[in-house]
Amino acid sequence: MVMEIVCPAGTPASLRAAVKAGAHTVYCGFADETNARNFPGLNFERDEMREGVAFAHDHGSKVLVAINTFPRAGGEEMWHRAIADAESAGADAVILADLGLLAHAAQHHPNLRRHLSVQAAAANADVINFYADAFGVRRVVLPRVLSVPEIAAINAETEVETEVFVFGGLCVMAEGRCSLSSYATGKSPNMNGVCSPASHVDYHEDHGDLSAKLGGYTIHKVGAGQPAPYPTLCKGCFQAGEATGHLFEDPVSLNAEALIPQLAKAGVTALKIEGRQRSRSYVAQVVRNFRAAVDAQAAGLPMPEGMLASLTEGQATTAGAYKKTWR
Amino acid sequence: MSDHSVNLPLFPRLPALALKGMPLMPVSMALSGFARRIAARHPAMFRRLGEYNAARFVLDPTDLPLSMLLEPLNGRPRIHLSRRTLRGDARIAGPLSGLLGLVHGAYDGDALFFSRDLVIEGDTAAVLALRNAIDDAELDLSAEAQAMSGPFAAAMRRLIAMAEARTGVALSRHEEDGTW
Repeated sequence: MVMEIVCPAGTPASLRAAVKAGAHTVYCGFADETNARNFPGLNFERDEMREGVAFAHDHGSKVLVAINTFPRAGGEEMWHRAIADAESAGADAVILADLGLLAHAAQHHPNLRRHLSVQAAAANADVINFYADAFGVRRVVLPRVLSVPEIAAINAETEVETEVFVFGGLCVMAEGRCSLSSYATGKSPNMNGVCSPASHVDYHEDHGDLSAKLGGYTIHKVGAGQPAPYPTLCKGCFQAGEATGHLFEDPVSLNAEALIPQLAKAGVTALKIEGRQRSRSYVAQVVRNFRAAVDAQAAGLPMPEGMLASLTEGQATTAGAYKKTWR
Repeated sequence: MSDHSVNLPLFPRLPALALKGMPLMPVSMALSGFARRIAARHPAMFRRLGEYNAARFVLDPTDLPLSMLLEPLNGRPRIHLSRRTLRGDARIAGPLSGLLGLVHGAYDGDALFFSRDLVIEGDTAAVLALRNAIDDAELDLSAEAQAMSGPFAAAMRRLIAMAEARTGVALSRHEEDGTW
């Protein structure tokens, strides 16, 4: 059986590019604070979502709508409307994180399939089974902190489908619980849908040196010939005592392509590609690559040679927590 | 540029030198007209730009002796070329082939930025909005130029195809999957 690849789309053009490149499933969000990629110029208006879903369905692909931020007190209506609009657009599922929103969806939209977002940070079988029993969650996106044996242990104890990240930007924090960006910018990834919002990011090049600032704080500076620094605090370069370096995490991206056979053996249903903020060129290349990989895995062939290093955000990759080799 | 540089083709030096004597005002007017024609066919691009329709973007092809000020102006775009340093809300600099490749979906903007093939300064949010709006519009400058060429459309197509083949620069839309 071919593993499902779940591919990002920040714009209708990217959705079409993903479908054309062989995506089984595309995930996307509305152009507001209801999704965790609330960036300028990105995401879907209501009519664009309806057209995107129709295009995907016409070509045999599914569409998942991410409504995975946490509703503001007094502002829940925006999130409720997003769920209703996703259902009327014909979405195959919604990806939710907030308990109240899951309860709302289960009560008012019982026929709309519910997936649990990585933002919910559900990292063991007990909590996943709770989400299934209480809210009818059918699939969980696992946090990027689990090893392959831990994922296998979860799958042994739950009927809920599991989806894991295999490529793209990497958060090693338990997703949904990171506030680093908020300290520097006042904007929260979980509430406003923006980690390190572009409006607070400033790059400046001076005689070949490139510095990155977030909220007015310089978080990294590199010399000529080095990859541009990543604009998030977690991947910044800091001095602590006499040590200078990437104290939280290295500026590397996840690439678990080589682990696909092990993830299949661990019972994983779907492989998720990060990058709704990236271009349609990125989407097409990564999706094509991973579609070839899962097709090869299903046919019992060796994994094709990866060609994706140049597309990674830090220009370097890691297998992340799937193979725990932390320094 | 870093180890993962894309090796973007550079504009040939001799023709670039020839541009030094080019009268910029008529070319600016012609480019503004061209941009307005594209704008009329792609109104969604300006909706996607939102509040950044008022932003002033400096596009700086580093292999040419001039740079460009682009003002979207809610679908009535204006382009101004200059040989002097231009000031705007945001600056995007890189080889002309990289800038055109982004428009045509041949390259990924983040990858070009992290590899240092592209330099971004100023209002990062405005740059992101512009990048996303253009990426979604699936522009094809070659097709637009042909549409404006009337009876010379076929000749224009051949000319652009020849220039594309000789320079390696993406002068037309890059279809993500050739089988479609």
